[in-house]
Parts: sequence; structure tokens; C-alpha cells
Amino acid sequence: MEIFDPHSNINFLGLRKVSVAISALLIVLSILAITVRGLNYGLDFTGGVLVQVSYQKPVDVGEVRDALAASGFGDAVVQSLGGTRDISIRLQPKADPAAVVDGEVKPDRVAADVLKSLQARRTDAQLSGPPDFVGPQVGAELRNSGIIAVIVVIVGIMIYLGLRFEKRFAVAALASEVHDTLITVGIIAAVQREFDMTVLASVLAVVGYSINDKVVVFDRVRELFRATRKAEPIDILNRAVNSTLSRTIITSLFTGITMAALYLFGGSAVHGFAITMLIGILVGTLSSIFFACPILLWLGVSKKDLMPVTRENPELARRP
Amino acid sequence: MSDFPRWKYALVVIVLALGLLYALPNVFRPQPAVQISANRGATIDTALQKKVESTLDQDKIPYQDVAIEGDRLLARFANTDVQLRASDALRLALGDNYTVALNLASTVPHWLEAIGAHAMPLGLDLQGGVHFLMQVDQNAVLQKQQQRYLDDIRSLLREKNIHYDAVSPSGQGVQVVLRSAADRDEAAKIINADSPDLVLTDITTPGGAPALQANIKPEKITELAQDTIRQNVTTLRNRVNALGVSEPLIQQQGDSRIVVELPGVQDTAAAKKILGATATLEYHANDPNVNPIEAEKTGNVPPDDRLYHDKDGRPLVLKKKVIVSGDELVDASQSYDQQTGTPDVDVTLNSAGARKMLDFTTQNVGKPMAVVYVDRVPETKVVDGKEVRSFKTTEEVINNATIQGVFGKRFQTTGLSQEEAQTLAVLLRSGSLAAPTDIVEQRVIGPSLGQDNIQKGERAVVLGLLLVLAAAAIYYKLFGLVADIALFFNLVILIAVMSAIGVTLTMPGIAGIVLTLGMSIDANVLICERVREELRNGSTPLAAIRAGYEKAWSTILDANVTHLLAALGLMTLGSGAIKGFGVTLFIGILTSLFTSVTVTHAITAAIHGGRKLKTLSV
Repeated sequence: MEIFDPHSNINFLGLRKVSVAISALLIVLSILAITVRGLNYGLDFTGGVLVQVSYQKPVDVGEVRDALAASGFGDAVVQSLGGTRDISIRLQPKADPAAVVDGEVKPDRVAADVLKSLQARRTDAQLSGPPDFVGPQVGAELRNSGIIAVIVVIVGIMIYLGLRFEKRFAVAALASEVHDTLITVGIIAAVQREFDMTVLASVLAVVGYSINDKVVVFDRVRELFRATRKAEPIDILNRAVNSTLSRTIITSLFTGITMAALYLFGGSAVHGFAITMLIGILVGTLSSIFFACPILLWLGVSKKDLMPVTRENPELARRP
Repeated sequence: MSDFPRWKYALVVIVLALGLLYALPNVFRPQPAVQISANRGATIDTALQKKVESTLDQDKIPYQDVAIEGDRLLARFANTDVQLRASDALRLALGDNYTVALNLASTVPHWLEAIGAHAMPLGLDLQGGVHFLMQVDQNAVLQKQQQRYLDDIRSLLREKNIHYDAVSPSGQGVQVVLRSAADRDEAAKIINADSPDLVLTDITTPGGAPALQANIKPEKITELAQDTIRQNVTTLRNRVNALGVSEPLIQQQGDSRIVVELPGVQDTAAAKKILGATATLEYHANDPNVNPIEAEKTGNVPPDDRLYHDKDGRPLVLKKKVIVSGDELVDASQSYDQQTGTPDVDVTLNSAGARKMLDFTTQNVGKPMAVVYVDRVPETKVVDGKEVRSFKTTEEVINNATIQGVFGKRFQTTGLSQEEAQTLAVLLRSGSLAAPTDIVEQRVIGPSLGQDNIQKGERAVVLGLLLVLAAAAIYYKLFGLVADIALFFNLVILIAVMSAIGVTLTMPGIAGIVLTLGMSIDANVLICERVREELRNGSTPLAAIRAGYEKAWSTILDANVTHLLAALGLMTLGSGAIKGFGVTLFIGILTSLFTSVTVTHAITAAIHGGRKLKTLSV
């Protein structure tokens, strides 16, 4: 079975002004979304209050969640503690301004709020232990180490690409990488999806996925440059995108299928992960087709930049 | 086809067989069990086994098996509810001589365990339990050291008759204000000789007086910080072991944090009490007039004395009077005797402790002196409807040595093996320097939630795999089926490697497995697309296969190396969820390189080799 015309020769590079303009617009919008709207940081990052509740009669987790949502605690993480009567609730004290005095969270106040909203629905709810404050500084450190991870990874990849390919490829990869990561995070900020540890892990995975995708296209660019006697860079780039098009889309579909399975069947613990990955796959695929090569073209990639490497190949050097 | 050498076939077969073998233990689900281990004096024997069986029978608790396994007794149950009931009943029946703990017993056949094949341990999110993140107060450690040098310098200056105006804590050390520049030089000389860990600089106070700033060397501070965290980890491990949790995780994280994960525990309050316990030390004199064995038998102990035990349960009768206590001890480290080269422990006391020690040792050369380690765990009991706070105290003699000469501030404990010396140093430090730890994060995961997570995770892996298998088979026909076989083995080998190196499986890890499955098919997509291209360009089927694999390889390598770099970043820089995910991704990329390229090439070569082909099913 083949979906794509193997002889397709769509002039993707001809669209470069439009496609890069769209990308630039999306990047600006993403930065705006991240800075103005801000990320909806999860409990992992902000800290919050842990309240344990027990019911006299069995209760459903969904029921507890609804009761909390009704009082504005929609973001609370509700978990069953085994059995059907003991529930653990972790939440940020957003809904009650009085729960935070001089920047310090009052766990007792939050617990009282929680109990009130639960008892409004079911009178048999009781606190089953003293509430605890979960510190936010843990998250700050993780967030920082996450950012450092992204920077180290991107620099490492650039060095590798600089050595294996050429510095322009490294720069184009960096640009696409920043593009993909920013837009993915931007979308999460725009729709205000909770940004927790698994989402951060997923964003880092998007970095890996996106670079994987670009390298395949770049590899073809290099191959075509070396194999073609005389060719305009724009033609080479177009041919590279076209001949890898089928692979780019099929791989994205296959990976997308698994992430969809994870989203549908993996439970709420991995929802954030799967959604972020799906967004990242979409953005990464589009940028492989419409963004990476125009950048390469503007950086002025040419046949002679890639030739010195071939000199190391004695077999090719012997040829006339 | 001759371009696929025979040794590679052998390699593929061997790796696949090993993969199946080492992934196999994960099929055997661990079973809820109660583990009974003996405390001092008690033994694990068939009598105990009978007692456990009769206790369970009496309480009508159904059990599947009660057996002695090594130095512990394991009772296995059908589910966690029965397990909880049984552990409560057994704890009551067996008393303090035995530690009763919840456990998950392995059901992996012995022959598999004999070759080192184990199931992946499950993370808390899949098994249930409590998770704490504790922060060690490094500031308190620094303050304690400042106080130590404060005392030291004061008494030193007094001793040498150098007049000073003030000695006060300042910055990373101590500031000494003196009366004249000459005094300052003199003071610098003697402080330098006494405390080589201080860096001295001449300064002038705002009022114009000559002063010395004595800063603790940064290396010393780093060393202290590392020691503090290490001894806190050790103390926590000892306490958790006493609690009887099986397979606890107590791990340093970063510079000042400790992760404690207690699988199976659901009661955070009880766990917090144990973790929040305080330890201290006391030096006591032995009472030579009482025979300890007699005293233990008869219970006759003189009013000024007390009966203690060491870690092997041997009795000792010590004077009640404390010579020096833990807060007077400023440092303890394992080192080597300068003359004999045998391991010893160097102990340093502060000036108050030194004075008391000097007084005591002057009168007691040749007599034994014991160190008692006291652990105090806060307890809350309800008496007459009121909450009463008290401490559960455990005391143990950790060392009993003869005083060889008169000493004060510094002394060595000798006659120890390397290991004993190390343990003693850690215990001495944890009983003295222990920095306060705060719980900065805690989480409870119910066992049913863990069960639920496992089921969902499994379903996601299986369905994700099936969907990709179907898609690949439809799109690439025979080559797709070959890729499918490789993908299945990728999952098997990935699980085998994770099990063999003991990676703990968590929900983010499962997400990593699913993602790896989705992405590892990429190599096959690259190969199949190349083969199609070659066919389109007019190559013969066999040439197309060869060229397809050859040309795709360079692309696959570049793409995977960059991806591997990304996974490496996640693995080394991330922590917690991110790390688990990164490890899975890293291993997955490596295994997929093997399965997607080598394994598919072997199968393709076996199918198409030596045949005259007109077309390829790709």
C-alpha cells in the first residue's frame, strides 16, 4: 500500500516565505502565551496541601472530584488510598484567598475548605489526619534542572551535527528545535493544560523526537548534494523534503498511534504526557517539512560545504 | 543471500533467546506476603512456623503457604486485604522479638532466579506505598561548626593568655576582635596550629580594632555537607529497617535531599514518626563490680547502674552517670593509626566535653568506657481520651573500649576492623551532628491505585503495540510483518534489559516503553522506503534490499545518535519521573537499533536469500 505519490515534487521551498512567516507568528504567539497567560503549573511545581479524607460509606473518586470542582477546586488531584472509603486530595489553595497569609499557606484552612465542599455533597466525609503542606521548592529545582537538561541536550546535538554534517545544519537544527519546543509549550500554555512532571518529561521527549525527524531530512540533503553534480540548493532541498515526505508522515502516524493508545488506555496519570507528545509530533512533523529546510536555504548551504568529508572516502577520491 | 554472515544469524538467535529468558520473570506476578524476621535473641525455626500457622488458623485468616526462606519466614496470601489482617494478627501474637513486615513475595521459578533473571521491581505508583522527600538543614550543620570553633578559639586564647574583645560567628566562620596587632599575629599563629581547617585573614573592624576572620575551608564545608547527608541516609536506613518495611528505597537526591519510599506502607503518620526520630550518644563508665550476665539473669542492678545490651544482645552494666553526650562531640571520622596502620576512629570533642573527658580519664586509665547510642521516636498514645506524647527509646551499646591513657579533646578508638570503624564513625556522627531534616514532600499511593495503574499501563502497551503492528503490516506487507516481529522482540529485549539491570518500573517508564515502540518502527520505515525507492529506480529485488539497508543505515545511525543524546540528557540531568522515563528511552533506542536493523535484516535475508525474485512484497 502506498499513500504518497513516489514521484511527488511539491514545491515546498517555494512556500517558504509563507510557511516561515506562519512559523514566526506561531513562535511569537507561543512566547506571548507563555509570558502573558503563563503555564498552569501543577502541584509538582507549585506545592500545595495534602488532605486525607475518609467516608463512612463507599465513595467514587469522580464524585469527590465533582464536589471539589463545585467549590472551585477543579485542579485538585484526587486519589483513592485503596479500598473505597479513603481518599487523598492534593490541591493548590487557589480558590480561597484567605488560605494564604503573607505568602504562607495555611493547611488547616485549606482542609476546612475541602471538608466543607465535600460535606455539602455527602455528610459522611471526615478528615482522617492532619493536613500537610507540600513544599514548592522541590519543583523549582526540578524545573531548573529540566531547563538545564534541555540546554545541554540541544548543545550536545548541535556539536554532533556540526561534526557529522556542517555548522549550518547545526544552526538549522537548533532553530527548528527551539521552534518545536516553544510552540508545543505555547499550545499547552494557551489551552491552560496543567504543566506537571510528566508533561515536562514529554516536552523533553519532543526535543528528541523533533531532532530525529530533522536529521532524516538533513541526511537526505547531504546525500543529494554529494550525489548531484550541479544543482541549485533550492532544488536539492525540495527533492530532499519530497523524497523523505512519505517516511516523515508515516513515522509520525505510527508514533502518533501509540501515543493515542497511551492517551485512551493509559489512564489519567499519563494523559498529560500523551497529549503533549501528540502536539509535539504534529508540530515536529510540520516543521520538518515547512520550516527546517527554508532555514537551511537562508543560511546558504551549498554543495562545497559538504564536500570535504567525501575526500576522506578513498573510493570516491579515485573517481575522475 | 550471502551478504548476511552466518555468525550474525547466531548472534540474533542467541540475543533473542536470552531476551525471552530474562523478560520471562515479569510474567510471574508477585504475591502479597508477610515477612517475619528475628530480632536479637530470637530464632527463625519450625516452632515459629507452627506458631504462625496456628495464629492464622485461630483468626480464620486463609493463607496459601508459610515457609522459611533463608533467615526469614514468609507467609503468602491471596490478596492484600488478607495480608493486612494477617500482619496485624501476627504482630500482636509474636511480640517485640520479631519484626513483622508487609512484603511482596516473588513467584518466579527457582531455575530462573538461579540464572539471575528477576522481575522488574515496581515503583510506588504501581505498587502503592508512601513517598517522602526530606530536606537536610545544611545551615544547621554550618552553625554547629561555627559554635565549635567559637568555643575552641575562646578557650585557646584564654589558655595562651591572649586578650580578646569578642569572638562571634560571622559569614562562613568566626570573627575574633583583638586588642593589638601583635596579639592578632600571635592569635593567628596558635589558631592556625590548632585548627588547620580554618583560613585566617587579617581584617579591621568598622571601629578600627584589629581582628581576624577565620573562615571554615570550603572543602571542609563540602565534606561536612556530604558527611551529613550520608549519615542521615544511614540513620534513616537503620530506622526503616527497624520498622520492618521490605525493599525500602532510601536514596540521596541532589546535595541536600533524601528520598524515602516505603512500599506497602499506608500510614503516613506512623512512618513520619520513625523518620522524625532523634538520635543521641552517651559515653558511660563500666561498673567493674557487677557481673553483667548475672545481673541480666537476676535483674539485680545497683541503683547507680543500668543494664544495657550491645548489638549482639550481650549484656553490659554501665554507670548511669553520663561522661560526655553527643552534643559535645564535634567530629568523628574513620582513619588509620599512625603507628600501626590499623583502622581507628578519630573523635573530637568541644571544649566543655574535653574538660569532662580529661577529668574522667585521668582517674580511670585502664578501665573500659562504653558508647551508648540512643534513638528516640516520638509516640502519641490516647490515654483516657487525651493525647499523650511520649518517646519510645531504644538504647544500644555500639562500642566498649579500654581507656589507654589520659585524653581530652581528641582521642582514637582502636582495635576495630575497617568495617567496624566505618560503622562506628557513622553512628557517632549521627548521634551528634545529625542535622535536622524536614519533610518537604509526601505522597501516599493506595495499593488499589497501583493495581489500576498496572492494568492501564499494560493495556496501553499491548494496544499500542497491536495498532502499530497492524498498521505496519498493512502498509508494508511482508516487510511490515518482518518489522512487526522485530518490534515485538524489541519490547521483549527492552523488558529483559530493564529487568536485568534492575530498573524500577513506573508509570512514566511505561509511557517511555510505549513511546519507544512507536519510534523504533522509524528505522523500519526508513529501510522500507529506501527499498521501495531502489525498486522504483529499477534495481533488482535483491540489490534493492542490499542498497536499502546500506543507505538507510547512515540515516538511522545519525538519527539515533542524536536521539540517544537527548535520552542521555533526560537520564543524567532529570530526577524522579524524568529520570525513569529517560532510562527507558535510552535503553529502548539501543535495543531498537539492534532489532530494527540486525534482526529484520537477518529475517529478510533468510526469506529472500538464494531465491530468484521478480518482485518484493514491500
